Amino acid sequence: MLSINNLRASIGEKEILKGLNLEVKPGEVHAIMGPNGAGKSTLSSVLAGRSDYEVTAGEVTFMGKDLLELSAEDRAREGVFLAFQYPIEIPGVSTTNFLKTAINEIRKYRGQDPLDAVSFLNLMKQKMKSVNIDQALLSRSLNEGFSGGEKKRNEVFQMAMLEPKLAILDETDSGLDIDALRIVANGVNQLKNENNAFIVVTHYQRLLDYIVPDFVHVLYNGRIVKSGPKELALELEAKGYDWIKEEVDGVKA
Amino acid sequence: MKFDLQDILNSDIKVLEKELSLSDNSILAEHRNQAFESLQKLGLPTTKHEDWKYCNLSTATKKSYSLATETSLTNTDLAQFNIADLGEANILTFVNGVYQASLSTIVSPSTELTISNLKDALAIEPNLLSNNLFKYANYETDAYTALSTALAENGTFINVPNGKAVEKPILIRYISDVRSVDTFAQARNLFLVGKNAQATVIELYHTIGAHQSFNNIVTEIALSENAILTNYKLQDESNAAYQVNTTQVNLLKESVYSAVTITLGGGVVRNNLNTVLNAERTEANLYGLFMPQGETLIDNHTIVDHAMPNCNSNELYKGVLSDNSTGVFNGKIFVRKDAQKTNAFQSNKTILLSDNATINTKPQLEIFADDVKCSHGATSGQLDEEALFYLRSRGLSEKSAKSLLVYAFATDILEKVNNEALKSHLEKLIATRLNTEA
Repeated sequence: MLSINNLRASIGEKEILKGLNLEVKPGEVHAIMGPNGAGKSTLSSVLAGRSDYEVTAGEVTFMGKDLLELSAEDRAREGVFLAFQYPIEIPGVSTTNFLKTAINEIRKYRGQDPLDAVSFLNLMKQKMKSVNIDQALLSRSLNEGFSGGEKKRNEVFQMAMLEPKLAILDETDSGLDIDALRIVANGVNQLKNENNAFIVVTHYQRLLDYIVPDFVHVLYNGRIVKSGPKELALELEAKGYDWIKEEVDGVKA
Repeated sequence: MKFDLQDILNSDIKVLEKELSLSDNSILAEHRNQAFESLQKLGLPTTKHEDWKYCNLSTATKKSYSLATETSLTNTDLAQFNIADLGEANILTFVNGVYQASLSTIVSPSTELTISNLKDALAIEPNLLSNNLFKYANYETDAYTALSTALAENGTFINVPNGKAVEKPILIRYISDVRSVDTFAQARNLFLVGKNAQATVIELYHTIGAHQSFNNIVTEIALSENAILTNYKLQDESNAAYQVNTTQVNLLKESVYSAVTITLGGGVVRNNLNTVLNAERTEANLYGLFMPQGETLIDNHTIVDHAMPNCNSNELYKGVLSDNSTGVFNGKIFVRKDAQKTNAFQSNKTILLSDNATINTKPQLEIFADDVKCSHGATSGQLDEEALFYLRSRGLSEKSAKSLLVYAFATDILEKVNNEALKSHLEKLIATRLNTEA
């Protein structure tokens, strides 16, 4: 589904991703862990098409298409979804309001008829239940005055609405209490099936108790330096990242 | 006949009276000479005048126009400007500055509302007119007011008697019929709202045809004790339309004046909205949205003069500027020595959608009292890149994302429109406009 080959990306003069490789197949959940500054958020941003980053080398193929060639909106229309680490506030735009436009533009791109108001509302109701989110919140200005938990639930709600093929969760667990974490994880698990895939970017193992990964990758200094089964996350939780740094930097030296 | 404004200035008022067959009504005639003298003395302002620095009307003032041309427009032609679901309304229509009885309808009972063309009002309400007309807008200092006063004939006269709340909105349509000639038109309006009385006035400015038009509109508004007037303006003229629109508002004890000025079109539009809070516990609310495009210019000059204590004013103007357009905001707040316990707030926010658009903004606050709460400020910038990326990452095209954000930016001005039919009319116009722009 997703194939990242030797990806290099910079912001300004600074190279952040330094030859990253990753293969994601349908039905898989990949966790990407790593210390601060390793490039985790850069990877999410580059995949979603944020223009601040310049890709200097490498390829990213998604469902047979060159992902890097596509605009941010076309990536979304092809089925890529990014749950933002810091969902931004947009005064005057409600979730309901922009999601309807989003869904219909995506449908148009795929050659489908637009959803009528009733079908849209029914879809909303069904998805609202799955992430335990209130209608009132969705009618308010996007993320304005939302708690941290509400913002993240809103991200997962949007993901549920758009039903992406590949969802990237960028530190969706940061700032969440255990109840909010369960709700968010529950939303993801309901969505999971053999045709879609998830990349869960996280700093902590905690989230992975609820969203169980098939693979855990350690991102350090712009590259994936270690991959393993879900137990690797527990090891990282227990031992921290220093042993990885030593391993990598030691080899380099 | 054809003339340009300079011809008028160089002429003699006696000659003009004859040539333009101006009314010999004594109330009009009384001020005519003085106003004309003042016009000649002042001359029409150019960009050399501080208050007109960014507002270049030279293309408009040098051109020759036809005056008071006849029109063949019917209600069918004007249907395109209808506000859906507005319901019954008192409608006054002026085409090229001339009152059109056949395109006007009055539905409110005469006990609730007196409304007529200015000319007719002179005969019906001579005392009210002689006491109020030309008394608020200063023709000795303002050239366009002087021009309006000297040649005054047509316009809207409204009187809401004490204690009456006019239920149906008052809709005034100013139409430029420029299908065959360039036209110059004036309207001189007087709105009187009595003690404990209330009314809503909606003004529409539209163009039919491709020729040039120049409108000089002066409206004097006097609110008595505890009166409430809500004044909406929709200016959506063609790019070949020029307009100077002066509104002078006098507020007496506990009265409230609220204005929402939405300017979507016009080649050069200059609005002067001046309020004098002349008694205690009055309130002025001035809101505006201006969206120039192409090569057009929209200039909003406002004055809020806090003359007395315990008054409130709120002002918010928002600009959305595309292409090579120019926006001007100049907001003056005066808080006079006696005006203790004043609350005065003013803000101008502008979004520049193009690198070639320009905003000139000047919020001014002059305070002579010491126990007041005042704030003013201006911001300008581009659309938030982060917000654009967020929406695009959800599948919205760049264009949809932009128009959604602009729409959201404009929302808090539209929220000030309490007439639901007008509000959805404006929402539709703005949405259409955003969807046709790149």
